[in-house]
Amino acid sequence: MEVLAILIPVSLFLGGVGLVAFFWTLKKGQYDDPEGDSRRILDTSWDDRPKPTRRED
Amino acid sequence: MTSALRPPPSACPGCAVAPAAAGLAEAAAGARLLLSLPTIHCAGCISTIERDLDAAPGVRSARVNLTLKRVSVDAEPDISAADIIARLERLGYEAHELDPGVLSMTETDLQGRDLLMRLGVAGFAMMNIMLLSVAVWAGAADATRDMFHLISALIAIPTVAFSGQPFFRSAVRALAAGRLNMDGPIALALILTVAISLYETLQSGQHAYFEAVVMLTFFLLIGRYLDYRARALARSAAQELAALEVPRAVRLRDGAETTVPVAELAVGDLVLVRPGGRVPVDGVVAAGRSEVDRSLLTGETLPVVTAEGAHVSAGEVNLTGPLTVRVTAAGRDSSLHRMADLVAAAESARTRYTTLADRAARAYAPTIPLLSLGAFVAWMWISGGDLRLSVNIAIATLIITCPCALGLAVPAVVTAASGKLFRKGLLIKDGTALERLAEVDTVVFDKTGTLTMGTPVPDNLDDHPVEALQVALALAEGSGHPLALALARALRGRGLQPAVVDDLREAPGYGVQGVWRGRTVRLGRAGWVGTTHAATTGAYLSLGEETHSFTFTDALRPGAEALVRDLKAQAKDVWLISGDVSAAVEAMARRLGIDHWQANALPAEKAAKVAALQAAGHRVLMVGDGLNDTVALSSAHVSISPASALDAARAASDIVLLGRDIAPVADAVRMGGLSSRRIRENFWQSGLYNAVFVPIALVGLCTPLWAALAMSVSSITVSLNALRLK
Repeated sequence: MEVLAILIPVSLFLGGVGLVAFFWTLKKGQYDDPEGDSRRILDTSWDDRPKPTRRED
Repeated sequence: MTSALRPPPSACPGCAVAPAAAGLAEAAAGARLLLSLPTIHCAGCISTIERDLDAAPGVRSARVNLTLKRVSVDAEPDISAADIIARLERLGYEAHELDPGVLSMTETDLQGRDLLMRLGVAGFAMMNIMLLSVAVWAGAADATRDMFHLISALIAIPTVAFSGQPFFRSAVRALAAGRLNMDGPIALALILTVAISLYETLQSGQHAYFEAVVMLTFFLLIGRYLDYRARALARSAAQELAALEVPRAVRLRDGAETTVPVAELAVGDLVLVRPGGRVPVDGVVAAGRSEVDRSLLTGETLPVVTAEGAHVSAGEVNLTGPLTVRVTAAGRDSSLHRMADLVAAAESARTRYTTLADRAARAYAPTIPLLSLGAFVAWMWISGGDLRLSVNIAIATLIITCPCALGLAVPAVVTAASGKLFRKGLLIKDGTALERLAEVDTVVFDKTGTLTMGTPVPDNLDDHPVEALQVALALAEGSGHPLALALARALRGRGLQPAVVDDLREAPGYGVQGVWRGRTVRLGRAGWVGTTHAATTGAYLSLGEETHSFTFTDALRPGAEALVRDLKAQAKDVWLISGDVSAAVEAMARRLGIDHWQANALPAEKAAKVAALQAAGHRVLMVGDGLNDTVALSSAHVSISPASALDAARAASDIVLLGRDIAPVADAVRMGGLSSRRIRENFWQSGLYNAVFVPIALVGLCTPLWAALAMSVSSITVSLNALRLK
């Protein structure tokens, strides 16, 4: 059962990383346009390199 | 107003756009512009628009949002919205400027993000606690179990304190107002369950309900978020409508023109109305001669000649020549405003609709605490005063009865249904519209602009020689009159080339004239061209001695025939009520197979007819687009207007039809019936789960495992049932 002392903090930590990542995506506005984002993958114009200036809002 | 922003029907597009452009340039002093793009729909639209705008001089970057159908443009200060609108229109996209201030985007965004954040935290906590709980259910005992419960408590307490806030706040608000809403029992259950579970944990008790509490929060927040999104979408649509309105007028004083807000005009002022512009006030024409389009006010398809001394009303569109209007009534007293007052009156008279969710909540909300209190009292009596046992059973009852599935029952269905309808080109502005649509048994249509496109098309082109048609085309292209535009479009559509006509001149209110092969040719009104007026309205062409007449009909809106057929197949009564003349209305009714029709109806009469139908026990769906329909729209049980409708009409209606095709209205009616049925089914389902699990909880057999199972299974089945909507 000693292994629990490691596993529980590890699982909480990994869950916490996921939560922080979620907050980050939320802050970056990745849920502002779900419809458009799902269509943008069909667009081939910025396949080689990312678009240089991206608005952040 | 909308039409001021679109390319107006005018002889000189430049000067007609100018007032709108002047108004918009002021608003666009900042570097960020926000435009509504109602017609975008795919990846191609996004890349076309972004590539074009990025390449435009002065534009730093442009980003399209397909969900909200908007583009936000970051531009140099000297770029105005009018420039961008012109660019987008060349690409073939309709665009309207939105006032970023009115839209207050950031506020709604923050609220949505806030809910999502709480949802994320609840989800994270639920998964972690569930891992520990599974271990407890699998047989962890004694010290291990207590430790797991303690860790669960450490996660659950801050989670509930943070994620449960929307429920706590709403419950407190309702209680402060002396009411009990659904959030009251929810808040009570959350707090009591956490408190008792913590106590049990500290006493090394067997059962703790931490995972159930967090799960309850998580599922309820999903429902709350879906509900919020539907309302945010509707609100942004309503704000767009308000933001579109740019009420300005050009005042003439001592020969100088100044653009002023309509509110600043006084009786006696002189106002200049350019061709293509909307008349901002009620007044008398002091100078100029033109034709005005009254279709939005009265439903008349054809323009009316206006000369000195004629009365014009606010809301009419000036077509051919500039008019100087002396103001007789402005602002509050104008006919436009009186119409708005009628709408407000009709809206307040419309009885507050009690939604299915409201009714369910009212019946259910008091049951939850009462049931759990009853369980507590009964077990105190049965066990002879065992407080701990009684409290535990009461808590189990409380958490089992808490309406997880009930909170999802309505939002899940409304989200699924409005998503389906949005794809068909219908924007639901009010979530309860679907439920109200389900009750509709009578559909009332307006004619001009609703069942028809509101634009005339020539119907006798084949009767004329090609040479005459070529001259007509040359003349028609020199005018901005709607009949001339329609004629030119139809003739170009046949691949005709214009004849060479020199010295082209437009006589406002009469027609166009020019010189062709040394002869004076005219296209315009019968008297001016030198012929007799035919029975039907039209335009006349004179080629020296011979004359030709072109007759017009109003083009039927695509899908109108299919719509009427479909509605009749669904056993709905169909009415046609129009302000147009009898002959036109009767012809339209016969063509579409509509049995009941009424012509020459004034705005108040339309509303009265709708009210009479409703008084007779019918539930009326009103479909209309004009100012003359707004009162009827707001007094009907539920209302739909096309996107081409006047702002006031769109604001008054529950659903906006985004595309040109009107056939989706039948889908909306069908979807309304279906979603109402799904909502009822969902209520029955969640009721069934309670009927099974509440007795188990009452007899004291409910473990946290049962509670978690009941909650997740009922929520999932309810959501799946909503997704069955086709």
